[in-house]
Amino acid sequence: MADQSAKQGSGGIAKIAFFVVLAIVMVSGLIFAPEHAGLAIHPMDQFQLAPLFGGEHIGTFTPTNQTLWLVLALVGIVLLMVVGTAGGKEVPTRTQSVAEMAYGFVYKMVEDVAGKDAVKYFPGIMTLFMFIVFANFLGLIPQSFTPTSHIAVTAVLAMTVFVFVTVLGFVKNGAGFLGLFWVSSAPLALRPILAVIELISYFVRPVSHSIRLAGNVMAGHAVIKVFAGFAAALGLFGFFPILAISAVYALEVLVAFIQAYVFTILTCVYLKDALHPSH
Amino acid sequence: MSSTTQTTEAAQEAALHAIDAHGAAEAAGMPQLDFSTFANQIFWLVVTLVVIFFVLSKIALPRIEAILQARQTRITNYLSTAEDMKQKAVEAEAAYNQALADARTEANKIVAEARAEIQAEVDAAAAKADAEISAKAAESEAAIAEIRAGAVDSVKAVAKDAAKEILGAMGHKADAKTVTAAVTARMKG
Repeated sequence: MADQSAKQGSGGIAKIAFFVVLAIVMVSGLIFAPEHAGLAIHPMDQFQLAPLFGGEHIGTFTPTNQTLWLVLALVGIVLLMVVGTAGGKEVPTRTQSVAEMAYGFVYKMVEDVAGKDAVKYFPGIMTLFMFIVFANFLGLIPQSFTPTSHIAVTAVLAMTVFVFVTVLGFVKNGAGFLGLFWVSSAPLALRPILAVIELISYFVRPVSHSIRLAGNVMAGHAVIKVFAGFAAALGLFGFFPILAISAVYALEVLVAFIQAYVFTILTCVYLKDALHPSH
Repeated sequence: MSSTTQTTEAAQEAALHAIDAHGAAEAAGMPQLDFSTFANQIFWLVVTLVVIFFVLSKIALPRIEAILQARQTRITNYLSTAEDMKQKAVEAEAAYNQALADARTEANKIVAEARAEIQAEVDAAAAKADAEISAKAAESEAAIAEIRAGAVDSVKAVAKDAAKEILGAMGHKADAKTVTAAVTARMKG
């Protein structure tokens, strides 16, 4: 009985503390609200590259804030995939089982989508997936930098896939790779038209492949920044944009994974086309 | 009134500054489209990707593959061991049932043997008893026959004697031979 009342008491104290904090936040918002901050929203500033060790000029080899987060992604991957599996235990530790899950996830994707003979390209696809996942998720840390929000980065990824897949298609199938553009199941009269469409869609692949990833990541981050600007401008009612930020952030967590997944599975689909070009 | 105007002026000034700052940022446009940084971005990205690729393909992926394979092998082994044990259990059950059946047969055999033995003993005893009984009976019959024969002889002797005496008393001289013949004839009749 005494125990229960004590519990209720502590619950009551927590509730009171919550409301006190809320009141303080609101009052301080009222007092310290920047009155004209509404015009100072710079959602794109977060994507600005800056040299890491001072200076203004960004040369080809200057380490930038992007370099830092690329390296952090690398460190994260090493921690998960190398340090996490160091024991090599048959009964895995938590980290090891995450690494195994990532391995199994991508391996199964390659096997199911691109076929058994695509398994030898699995390390490359795993590299893409792990890099995008880590870059996306590290980019969700406030004040961080997201390499995958830059079209230069995603374009390199997509062009690597495009060039590799195209070369592989011709090496494996020779001129037969052109059968990819010749829809033999369509009526003969339609085939040249379809071939043109197929050809265009083939060359649009790297564009959509790269812009999809960069666009999704950039849009989410920019939206959060815009809402943050609203929150600063609204003062007392700043908690509405903050709630919105929470919702968008949850969506962003989802997007961070889904875009990595989409990028990887499209790579597998393109790889399948290269290995088995017939329709 | 004047203080309100002042505030408004200050606000307008601040707004202008803000727009200026915004404009400055806008001048840079999307940092994504600032081509002067592309060489830098591509260089560091390629370096990172190459390192990740080698770390994964040389260390991480073979290791994880080995772990998964070891686990798969062990699971397979356990399953086959379990299968073996199941097989053994089935065999053991069969052997148990066989042993049970054998024991039952053996028991039945022993029971039958014992029964046969006892039966034989009982039969032997019965036969012996029968033999004894018949021997006794024969003996008794012999004794009875002897007694009967004795009795017939006595009757004959008495009858002869009586016939002789009667004949003597009646004044006839009794011929022993005739008397005997007569008595024998009568006794037969």
